[in-house]
Amino acid sequence: MASTTPIDSPPPTQAPPVATEKSTSTGRAGDKIFLALSRGSGILLLAIMASIAGFLAYRSAIAISADEGNFLTTFDWDPAGDPPVFGIAVLLFGTVVSSVIAMVIAVPIAVGIALFISHYAPRRLAAPLAYVVDLLAAVPSIIYGIWGALFLVPYLEGLNLWLDEFFAWTYLFEKTEVGVARSLFTVGILLAIMILPIVTSVSREVFLQVPRMNEEAALALGATRWEVIRMSVLPFGRSGVISASMLGLGRALGETMAVATVLSPSFVISFHLLNPGGGTFAQNIAAKFDEANELGRDALIASGLVLFILTLLVNGAARLIIARRKEYSGANA
Amino acid sequence: MAKRIDVSGLTAYYSAHKAIEDISMTVEPRSVTAFIGPSGCGKSTFLRTLNRMHEVTPGGRVEGKVMLDDENLYGSNVDPVAVRRTVGMVFQRPNPFPTMSIFDNVAAGLRLNGSYKKNQLADVVEKSLRGANLWNEVKDRLNKPGSGLSGGQQQRLCIARAIAVEPEVLLMDEPCSALDPISTLAIEDLIGELKERFTIVIVTHNMQQAARVSDRTAFFNLAAVGQPGRLIEIDETERIFANPSVQATEDYISGRFG
Repeated sequence: MASTTPIDSPPPTQAPPVATEKSTSTGRAGDKIFLALSRGSGILLLAIMASIAGFLAYRSAIAISADEGNFLTTFDWDPAGDPPVFGIAVLLFGTVVSSVIAMVIAVPIAVGIALFISHYAPRRLAAPLAYVVDLLAAVPSIIYGIWGALFLVPYLEGLNLWLDEFFAWTYLFEKTEVGVARSLFTVGILLAIMILPIVTSVSREVFLQVPRMNEEAALALGATRWEVIRMSVLPFGRSGVISASMLGLGRALGETMAVATVLSPSFVISFHLLNPGGGTFAQNIAAKFDEANELGRDALIASGLVLFILTLLVNGAARLIIARRKEYSGANA
Repeated sequence: MAKRIDVSGLTAYYSAHKAIEDISMTVEPRSVTAFIGPSGCGKSTFLRTLNRMHEVTPGGRVEGKVMLDDENLYGSNVDPVAVRRTVGMVFQRPNPFPTMSIFDNVAAGLRLNGSYKKNQLADVVEKSLRGANLWNEVKDRLNKPGSGLSGGQQQRLCIARAIAVEPEVLLMDEPCSALDPISTLAIEDLIGELKERFTIVIVTHNMQQAARVSDRTAFFNLAAVGQPGRLIEIDETERIFANPSVQATEDYISGRFG
């Protein structure tokens, strides 16, 4: 880093001078070009982010000031009406609930697959399995949507009946409305499958990076394979798994086509997860954008701003969780 | 506590490569036995066969017998996990569990065994840390992470962790090679104390260290690169360094090769 001596200079007779300036540029053309390029890229990124945020905020402000209902609590979406009334309560609920269902299902399975690939499977099996999981990520989301609507929805009805019969007491699994399984629960399952590959592959990479000596420390104490994983692998991989989950959550929150294809949208909030209906931000935008008038589009953009903020909050929370345990993370070992 | 190790006809492989061949020796209880020899001669591999850690390496395979008193560690119904609970190990680089506090590091082995009472745990942790000459340095910060200690302290923490489960044997794989001279001295003093209670086997690259800490010394060598390592001789440390019976040992000790 501090090597500022040009290669062709004579060897220093004393100790090499310590670089006192922050800049390590030698003033040569290559350094200048690279500095300009990297600085430019950084500025460009900030400019793009700022313009997106500015655009969202500006159009949202127009929409929200025209809204005759309460933008946060109204259970309706009618920006073309007179007076225009619309609110994001249902969308926020549907987005959060479907993503939470997806996380609850996907993260444990993904961690399990990642552990199997990284620590249990024989090498001959691990590589193809990892490949197949990655392949799941290559399927376009509209295909997931069609598969969900044509295959998952009818086949989940049996599961729905079973859940309703034995777990209706949980309230969540009580089915009070008839209708096919175009519900938030089905959307959650579909989203779980869609975020499985990203969560799995990031977790797997983290688990593979656990230093050999950390695992041997546990082994030499007489730990079984599962105990090695509990004492060495999972603590080391913890923050990585959180990051992986957040990447998956980001995808689940913003998923559009698959949700729009499966869900039968309605503007109600119900904790009966098996009932058809509900909506998510992205699904609502996709479903209504084409037919919306000027105010309708601004209203949809305003809902997009809320999704943007939600994603920011989720990422911020993830960083907090990771930072709080930094002292104990494997990174300083 | 402190059992005799009796190895006979031990050969270890990495896949098809034979790393050590036909090693037989006896390690006396409550003594320190040092393994010396040039790099690649298989002394670390041999050490790892003594607690069945060798087979953890992919392709690792062992033939032969290791008797711990009357029990063959490679018997058909012996659980390697149980072996490692009786034969503890300290590694070349200090490897405390980075996510655990100092206390939890020492308690880790006990918690694995599952048979302890809560108040008992604190006693064992204190006793082990005292045993590793670390108690006075860490008693005020037992809940801080072990990875915040200096290298020498971390290595003593690892020793405390290993002796907390009261093993029969303590294996040390170049425990001082990553440490400064002061920390090395602390560990060497500690080895002198620990041999009152444990059977200790130490691999070292440092011949002065072998001469300082061990009662008996084993010299390993290999005929050529790619050839399996062999035990050349094992004897009282004083004899090995003053008057070895094999020429190769004398050549190595006097610095003529290796």
